[in-house]
Amino acid sequence: MENKDVIFGINGPVVTVKNSRTFSMMEMVYVGKERLVGEVIKITDKATTIQVYEETTGLKPGDEVVGTGAPMNVTLGPGIMDNIFDGIERPLKEIEAITKGAFISRGAAVSPLDENKKWDVHITVKKGDKVTGGDIYATLPETRIIEHKVMVPPNLSGEIVKVNKDGKYSINETVAVLKDSEGKTHDLTLCQKWPIRTPRPVRQKLPADVPLITGQRVIDTLLPISKGGTAAVPGGFGAGKTMTQHQLAKWCDADIIVYVGCGERGNEMSQVLQEFGELIDPKSGRPMTDRTVLIANTSNMPVAAREASIYTGITLAEYYRDMGYHCAIMADSTSRWAEALREISGRLEEMPAEEGFPAYLPSRLSEFYERAARVENLNGTEGSVTVIGAVSPQGADFSEPVTQNTKRFTRCFWALDKALAYARHYPAINWMTSYSEYFTDLDPWFEKNLGREFIEYRSKINAILQEENKLMEIVKLIGADVLPDDQKLIIETARVIRVGFLQQNAFHKDDTYVPLEKQQLMMKTILHLHEVAQELITRNIPISRITSLGLFDKLTKMKYDIPNDKPEMFKDYEKEIDEALNSTLTAEFN
Amino acid sequence: MVLDYVGVKEINGSLIVLEGVQGAFNEEIVDIRLDDGTIRQGRIVQMDGDRVVIQVFESTRNISLKNTRTRLTGKPMEMPLSREIIGRILNGSGKPIDGLGDIYPEKKANINGTPLNPVSRVYPKNYINTGISTIDTLITLIRGQKLPIFSGSGMKHNELAVQIVRQAKIADDDGKGFCVVFAAMGVKNDVADYFKRSFEEFGVMNKVVMLLNLANDPIIERILTPKCALTVAEYLAFELDMHVLVIMTDMTSYAEALREFSSSKGEIPGRKGYPGYLYSDLASLYERAGMIKGSKGSVTQIPILTMPNDDITHPVPDLTGYITEGQIVLDRGLQGQGIYPPIDILPSLSRLMKDGIGEGYTRADHQALANQLFSSYAKVIDARSLASVIGAEELSPIDKKYLVFGEQFESRFVSQKFTENRTIEQSLDLGWELLGLLPRGELDRVDDKILDKYYKSAEE
Repeated sequence: MENKDVIFGINGPVVTVKNSRTFSMMEMVYVGKERLVGEVIKITDKATTIQVYEETTGLKPGDEVVGTGAPMNVTLGPGIMDNIFDGIERPLKEIEAITKGAFISRGAAVSPLDENKKWDVHITVKKGDKVTGGDIYATLPETRIIEHKVMVPPNLSGEIVKVNKDGKYSINETVAVLKDSEGKTHDLTLCQKWPIRTPRPVRQKLPADVPLITGQRVIDTLLPISKGGTAAVPGGFGAGKTMTQHQLAKWCDADIIVYVGCGERGNEMSQVLQEFGELIDPKSGRPMTDRTVLIANTSNMPVAAREASIYTGITLAEYYRDMGYHCAIMADSTSRWAEALREISGRLEEMPAEEGFPAYLPSRLSEFYERAARVENLNGTEGSVTVIGAVSPQGADFSEPVTQNTKRFTRCFWALDKALAYARHYPAINWMTSYSEYFTDLDPWFEKNLGREFIEYRSKINAILQEENKLMEIVKLIGADVLPDDQKLIIETARVIRVGFLQQNAFHKDDTYVPLEKQQLMMKTILHLHEVAQELITRNIPISRITSLGLFDKLTKMKYDIPNDKPEMFKDYEKEIDEALNSTLTAEFN
Repeated sequence: MVLDYVGVKEINGSLIVLEGVQGAFNEEIVDIRLDDGTIRQGRIVQMDGDRVVIQVFESTRNISLKNTRTRLTGKPMEMPLSREIIGRILNGSGKPIDGLGDIYPEKKANINGTPLNPVSRVYPKNYINTGISTIDTLITLIRGQKLPIFSGSGMKHNELAVQIVRQAKIADDDGKGFCVVFAAMGVKNDVADYFKRSFEEFGVMNKVVMLLNLANDPIIERILTPKCALTVAEYLAFELDMHVLVIMTDMTSYAEALREFSSSKGEIPGRKGYPGYLYSDLASLYERAGMIKGSKGSVTQIPILTMPNDDITHPVPDLTGYITEGQIVLDRGLQGQGIYPPIDILPSLSRLMKDGIGEGYTRADHQALANQLFSSYAKVIDARSLASVIGAEELSPIDKKYLVFGEQFESRFVSQKFTENRTIEQSLDLGWELLGLLPRGELDRVDDKILDKYYKSAEE
C-alpha cells in the first residue's frame, strides 16, 4: 500500500506529517496503532496537517498514518432512524456494547449502520430500466412510520442489468446491478457513502412558500418559518435555547428530525433520548424516536468531531430529503461548532480575525445554512431541509461574531431574552427584537388555508404589542396611573397577549402544542374583547369598571381552559364578553 | 533500557524543551532530576519529531540548561485509587500531604478520564433536599447535576457550600453511601482551613477527600487539581457506588492558571486573554458529573467561582453557565442588606429541576408555585425601579402590594439561618403564605385547581 506515512509532530488534536505527498486535502485517515480517525486539513510541500477526531494521548512520532483515499464521509442507508451517533457517525449504542462500559474508549472501530440486520426489501425496478442518480430502486420499512427509499447514488446512471428478488437483505448485500454508459457494472446495495462537506445535488430549489407548523404560537403567528427555511435562535445561558429546540423537534410538522447536540451537555442528550422515546407523535401514534436521529457530540467529546457533527447531521437530513421527506435539523449549538473551528484554527497558528475566530467563519456558516432549502429532488419528488441553529453568544451579547454572521445567513431570528427568561416567560422569544423574513412568501399560504383574517389578526396583535412597547417607556418614568383610559386598555390587552398568548407552557398537555385553528381563534377572541372594550371607553365608561369584570384574566387562562379539540368553546367566550360588556353599558345609562 | 536526557534546550515559564528524544508519546509523564537531587514531574504537551515540549508541574525555578536529567516514565498521568483514599488530604496533583504515607493503589486511572457515552447516562431525577428554601423550591438540586455557585469576593459562598454539605448529608439515607470530594484551587489557606474545620465539626471528615492547591502553590499543579479530584469522584461513585458531592473552589483561579499556562506556550488568546479552548477545557471537567447505567452512585458537582468585578458576562462564569445545568447566583446587594444566603433568584436556575419535582418527588404544586414566585418577584423589581423614579407613595395600589411582597419574600423566604434546615413542605407552604399578600388575579402562572387548594389571601 502506498498511502501510508508516519507522524512527525503532535499538538493537541492536530498531528503533522513531514515531507509527505501521500494525502489529499480533506482525506480521511487513520492515525496511530489505535487507528484514530482523522482528516487532512492543510497541505504544504513540507508538512501535511491532520486533525484527529479523538484524544491524542499516547500517540508517538513515528506512528503510522494510513490514508483511505476518500474524503470524510458518512454511510447512508437504512438504520439511521431511531439511532444515536457521535459527530462522525459512529453509533453510540454499539460503542457502549463494544467497550462494555459507560466511557468511550478510543479507536472503537464500529460500522455506522448495523451490517447484520436483514431488511424487508421490495425492489421497484425491472431489468432493462434506465436509471439516473436519485432514482429509487428499492423500498423498505425502516421504522413503523418511515419508509426508506434506496436511491441510485447521484453521480451514477445507466441501465439495470440484473435484479434480485424481493426479500430480506442486509445493507451490504447486492439487490440490483447497474451498467453505466462505459459498460462498467456497479453493484447496487442498500447503502451508499457521501462526503459530509459536499451538499447532495438537487434538480432545482423551490420557493419557500409553505410554512413549517410548529404549534408554538409566538413562532407560527408572529415569526413564522417556511419549510426549507433557516432560523437562528440566539440566547444567553438559561434563556431557553435548548427547550425551544426540544419543543420544535417534538412538535413541528416535519417528517424527519435530525437533532445535533453539538458540544452541549451529556445529561441533555440522555433527556432527549428518554423523552422522545416516551413521547407519542400525535400524527402517527408512534414514539417520536421513530422519526428522529440524534447526533450527540457532547462538550467533553473530541473537539474535531464536534466540528464535523453539523455536517454529518445535515448530510443525513439531505439524504432523507432526497427520498421526498420534509426534514428539520436542529443544531444545538452552532457557537460550539464555531468555537471548535476557532480551537483548530488556533492550533494551526492561523491569523485570527474577530475575537480569535478564523477569518473564514462567515463563509463556513453560509455554506452550512445554504444547504437548507425546499427542493425538487433528482428523482422528481419534493423535499425540504429546514435548519434551526441555536447560537450561544458570549455574555449574551448579540454583537459577537457568531451571532452577527449567523444573522446574515438566516431569515428568521428568534432572539431569546434574558429578562423574559428571568420572569419565566417561555418561550422567551423577544417579539420586539426578533424577526422573520418569510411573511411575503408565506402569506398566500395562510390566506388560502386560514383566510385573510389570520393575517389581519396578526398585524393587529403586532400593532398592540408595538404600541405597548412605546407606552411602557412612559410607564417606566411616571407610572401607569397617569395614562388615559384608551392607553390603559392597550396595556391591559397587551398583557393578555403576552401572558395568555405568547407565553406557552411546554409542560401542559394542551398548551405544549396548539393547532393553527386554535391560535387563530385565540387571537380573534382577544381582539374581540379589545374592540368591544374600546367601544365602551369611547362612551366614557372607566376602564376600571371593564377590568373588574374579570374578562381579561379569563382570557389569559383560556389557553388552559379550552382544550385543543373544543374550538366551539370560543363562541361561548365571545358571547360572554358581549353580554358582560353590554350589561355594563346598560347599567351605566340607566 | 532507561535513558536519561541531560540538560534542556529552552526554558520558558513552566515549559522546558528537549531535543533528540526518542520513543516518547504525547501526554507522557517525565521525571526531571535536578543536580541537587530533587525530582520534579512534567508532562509532554507538544511534539515535533524528536523535539518535545514539557510542562513542569512544580515550577521551573533553579532549572538551568544543563543541570537536569530527564527520564521518560512510559506512563500518562495517573492517579492511584483505593477505598482508603477517603479521609485523606492530598496536594493538587494527588500526592498525600497529611503525613499518613502513600496510598496503596487498588487501581490506577488516567486523570483526564474518558468521555461518558451519552447513551450510558441515566437522566438525573432524584432531588437532594438541601434544607435551604430558595434552593429547594426554586433552584432544586438534583443528584448527578452540576450546579455552580456564582459569587464574588467577600460573599458568603463558602458558608453556603458548607451548609449544603451539612444538610444534604442528613437527607441522604443516613449518609451511608455519601462522601465529599473537596478540591481547592488557588484559594487562601484560611478558606481551605474553614472547610476543613467545618467538615470536622459535623463529623464528616472521615467521608471527605481533600485536594489542596493553595494560592501560593504552583499553577501547573492547579490545572491538575480538578482533574485529580474528579478522577477520585468517578472512582468512588461508579466503582464503589457512593453518592459523591464534589466541591471545587475557585474555578476562576483555575481558569487563570490555564490562561497563564497557555500564554507561556505562545498560544493565540481568545476573549480576555483566555485560551480559545477554555470552553472545551471547562466542559471536560463539568461533564464528569452525572449518573451511569449499571452503577448506583452519582457525581454531583458544586463548583464555586468568584466573578471578577461581579461581572456575570466575564468569560469564566459565562462559559460555565453554558455548560452547567443552571447556576446559583449570589448578589452583593442582598448580602449588604444582611440577608443570608444572598441568593438572587432571578438569574439563578436549575435546568434539571422540572423532572425531579412535583407529584411523587416533592409536591404537585411545586412547579406552579416556583413559576409564580419567579414571575411575581420579577414584578417586584419593576415596581422598585418605578418607585425609585416616582417615589413609593405614587405607586398604584397593586404595585404597593408588590413592594410589600418583595420585602417579605426577601426577609422570610430567601433569608434563613446558617443552622436552619427547612423541610420542603415548610418551604412550599411559606411560598404560598407569601403569595397570599398578592390578590388572586395577579397569580397568572397557576391554574385554578391549585389556587383553590393552596391560595389563601392574607387579607382574609
